[in-house]
Amino acid sequence: MVEITLPKNSKVTEGKTWPRTSHATNLTEFKIYRWNPDDGANPHIDTYYVDRDNCGPMVLDALIWIKNNVDPTLTFRRSCREGVCGSCAMNIDGTNTLACTKAIDDNKTPLKVYPLPHQPVVKDLVPDLKNFYAQYASIEPWLHTVSPTPEKEWKQSHEDRSKLDGMYECILCACCSTSCPSYWWNSDRYLGPAALLQANRWVQDSRDEATGERLDNLEDPFRLYRCHTIMNCSKACPKGLNPAKEIATLKKALVDRQV
Amino acid sequence: MIGQRPNEMRTAARRVRGMGAARSGTTHFWHQRVTSVAGVLLTVALIVIVVALLGRSHAAVVQILGSPLVAIIMLLFILNSAYHMWIGMQEIILDYLHDDKFKFLSLLANTFFCVAVGLASAFAILKLSFGV
Repeated sequence: MVEITLPKNSKVTEGKTWPRTSHATNLTEFKIYRWNPDDGANPHIDTYYVDRDNCGPMVLDALIWIKNNVDPTLTFRRSCREGVCGSCAMNIDGTNTLACTKAIDDNKTPLKVYPLPHQPVVKDLVPDLKNFYAQYASIEPWLHTVSPTPEKEWKQSHEDRSKLDGMYECILCACCSTSCPSYWWNSDRYLGPAALLQANRWVQDSRDEATGERLDNLEDPFRLYRCHTIMNCSKACPKGLNPAKEIATLKKALVDRQV
Repeated sequence: MIGQRPNEMRTAARRVRGMGAARSGTTHFWHQRVTSVAGVLLTVALIVIVVALLGRSHAAVVQILGSPLVAIIMLLFILNSAYHMWIGMQEIILDYLHDDKFKFLSLLANTFFCVAVGLASAFAILKLSFGV
C-alpha cells in the first residue's frame, strides 16, 4: 500500500553524535540509521567521524572501522567484501548499492547510510528479507526436466549458454527490488525485479523443459505486470545488470505465445 | 507491507504463493501497446481535422464532422482512447489501491466512466453523420 508518511513508530529522529578520535586530521562525517528492537525507541540518525588515514577506501571499510573503534553496537551484514555475496546491500547516499564496492569518496558528505528501503528492519542496517527470499524460491530456481537424465551433463550450445549472460551474475542482494516503487507498494504480490530476472534466467535456459509452466506461474496482473518500466532496478544494480530488460523479455515471451 | 504484519503466523512461502497466478494480464498488456500505436496515428489525424475546422461556421463544422471518412476517424479515435484509458486507469488502481472495498468500487467506477464517455462521444459523432 502506498504510504506517504512513515508509521509513528518508524519516524526517524536525530540521534547521538559520537566523539571524534583524537589526533585524526582527515575525517569524513557519516550519518547512519540506527534502530534497536529492544529499547522501544524510534529509529534515529547517529553521526560518526571516520579517520580516513586509518581506514580503507570503501563504505564497508568505514562501517567496520566505526564498529571496531567507535561503536561496537553498530549492526550490519557483510561477508565477502568484494561484491560477490550481496550481504552488505544498503542505501548509501540515496542509492541502493553494496557497501563493499562503493567508494567513500564517490558520495556526498555527510555520507548518509540507511537500510534497504521499505523492508522491515531487524536492527540498524539489517533488513528482513524473508519475503524477498520466499519470492525467489517461488520461481523454483533449478532445472526442471521430464526427459530421462543423461549419463553425463545436459548439453547446451555456446549460443544458448550466452543467453544466460547478464542473468547468471545476479547475486540476489535485493538492491533492485527494494529500489522499485512498484515493489514498495505491492511487494506482497509483485515478485520484483530480482525474482523476475531469475525467473527469466530459467525461462531462457535451453536445457529447461518447463518453460510453459514457468510462464503460466508468472502470467498474473500482480506477479509480473506491476512492472511499469520505471528502471530504478537497472540504475541500482551494483553488478551492472539490467533487470528491466529481462522483465521485458518475459513479457515478450508471454505475448509471443498468444499472438 | 511496512509497519504491518497481518499474517505473522503464516509462512513467507504461503504468503508469496497465495492463490497462485491468475493466468491473465498479457491481453491487457498487449492491447495497451496496440492502442498506443493506434493512438499516435489517430491523434495526428485528429489534429489535422481540428486544424481544418478552425474558423469555420457551425454548419461547415457539422458537415465536415459528419462526412464518412472524418466520422470514421473520429469514432476510431474515441473508441481507441476510451479502451486505452480504461486499461490505463485500471493499472493505476491496482498499483495504488489495496483496500478491497475501495478498490472494487474504483474499478467499477472506472469501467462505467469509460464506457459512458466513449459511447456518449461516439453517439455525438453518429448523430452528426446521420443528422437525426
